Amino acid sequence: MTGKLIGTIAHRGAILVYIAFALFPLFWLLKVSVTPNDLLYSEGVRLWPSRSTFDHYHFVIENSAFPTFFKNSLIVASSTAFAVTVFSSLAGYALSRFRFRGKYVIIALMLITQMFPLVMLVAPIFKMLSPLGLTNSLTGLVIVYTAFNVPFATFLMQSFFDGIPKDLEEAAMIDGASRFTAFRQIILPLTLPGIAATLGFVFTAAWSELLFALMLISGNASATFPVGLLTFVSKFSVDFGQMMAAGVMALIPACLFFLLIQRYLVQGLTAGAVKG
Amino acid sequence: MSYHQVAGTRTGGKRPLRRFADAAEPWFYSAPVLVLIIAVMLVPLLLGLSYAFRDIQLLNPFSGGFVGLKHLKALSQDAAFYRALKNTLWWTGASVFLQFFFGLILALLLDKPFAGRGIAQALVFLPWAVPTFLAGLNWAWLFNPVIGPLPHWMVSLGLLSAPNNILADPQLAMWGPIIANVWWGIPFFAITLLAALQAIPRDLYEAAAIDGANPLQRFISITLPFLAPTIAITILLRTVWIANFADLIVVMTNGGPADRTQIVASYIFTQAFRRLDFGYASAIALVLLVLLLAYSMLIVVIRQRLIEKD
Repeated sequence: MTGKLIGTIAHRGAILVYIAFALFPLFWLLKVSVTPNDLLYSEGVRLWPSRSTFDHYHFVIENSAFPTFFKNSLIVASSTAFAVTVFSSLAGYALSRFRFRGKYVIIALMLITQMFPLVMLVAPIFKMLSPLGLTNSLTGLVIVYTAFNVPFATFLMQSFFDGIPKDLEEAAMIDGASRFTAFRQIILPLTLPGIAATLGFVFTAAWSELLFALMLISGNASATFPVGLLTFVSKFSVDFGQMMAAGVMALIPACLFFLLIQRYLVQGLTAGAVKG
Repeated sequence: MSYHQVAGTRTGGKRPLRRFADAAEPWFYSAPVLVLIIAVMLVPLLLGLSYAFRDIQLLNPFSGGFVGLKHLKALSQDAAFYRALKNTLWWTGASVFLQFFFGLILALLLDKPFAGRGIAQALVFLPWAVPTFLAGLNWAWLFNPVIGPLPHWMVSLGLLSAPNNILADPQLAMWGPIIANVWWGIPFFAITLLAALQAIPRDLYEAAAIDGANPLQRFISITLPFLAPTIAITILLRTVWIANFADLIVVMTNGGPADRTQIVASYIFTQAFRRLDFGYASAIALVLLVLLLAYSMLIVVIRQRLIEKD
């Protein structure tokens, strides 16, 4: 009995250590962002400043290109998430339900894209997009991000479809519905958790991407958050409070999305694993 | 019964047009994905391979001619490249090992039901949602003695003699990005391993418990064998991915101090982005690609050997 109790305490203790390790850096970000400048150095290692302020947030929102970065990132991340989810649902459905020649070629192609360094594509993609006028444009970024995220999302969606019995749409097809109608009206609604997981996963990935955004975008007008924040950092390298306030705001959408979908992510991967 | 027989009996009586539509159906569903992958990933990949043998400089309109093996020859004498290669090994090895180790423990902790598991899971997985550039900046700030607590804590623990920024210390700098990477990457391993754990049939554990197996024995004889395929594929994918993962290093140290944290991926990016020398950057990328392919083949062969032994 005592052995079990000690085990329980050790288990909860270990979980708490993990939570502390996961959250501490984020807590610190928040702490510095609300510390007034005059206390920043004198109370550098205190856990919470004796006085807190939202001045840094006001400054960042009013005096920097921050709102533009935010808007750009929102457009890029949501368009990418939407496009990837539509395309990968279709392809994932095909991989899950059809047996056709070429299926393994498609799977192999998608696996290959997971193996090579994406940095390698920086130069050629720049050269390809530049004559099309897609460098320095949000459309260009959305196209590139959609392609990068589609392979993993397709595997994810496939594992969700695998978890849904085939009889459902077969029954509808016997009743005269076309396969596509059955897919849209019966299967897709059942896969909503999977769709949520894919949307959230891709949204955070597109929200965070840095290297291609740096390479393809120059100038503030179409800079996304990562690029904007980096230029912001080098420009205001002394003002930690403002940088961290910008950081906290960059964090919010991604974290919100993630908190909503993380359950489905584990569920989806489990469904795939059960099916082998 | 083989697939062709089934297809034959089903479609045998239909008109050719109908049969074509049936055969084409899966391709309609997968077409957008295929087009995207081919146009935005595979074509640039081939182009990139050709750049490795050409003189491509972004701001030089007269560049573009074939130079044969010039870049590769220059690369073989590039001391910075060899240093980057060594750093890549260290960065990848340490990051993957620590992420896997702590991720596995976390997955095991989260596998059994307890009050508050949902919220605990959401919180420990949160770092993964943090954009990598921000994770890098955030850890760089934590290591900064002016505004971050870590140097002071490390002095108290006797790890450092003075509260200096380890990112500026050539001997220690690599630990900065590695720690940030471990913090950011634990959730990925935990999520995939947790999904695999939850797919293990529960009755196996009950049967083993009835047979008197202790927790360690149950872990070794049930959990590990079930997890092995997931572990193998996750580690393989993660190794390749982390070897290519330059964000944290670009943001935290930019390869410095004195190139001590320059990995091959960040070196490629520096060549392409700062020096605009796409030809040389592609040559480095080609070498990295070959090395990673060799590594993947090795893992696949070893795995095959292990399966045949069983």
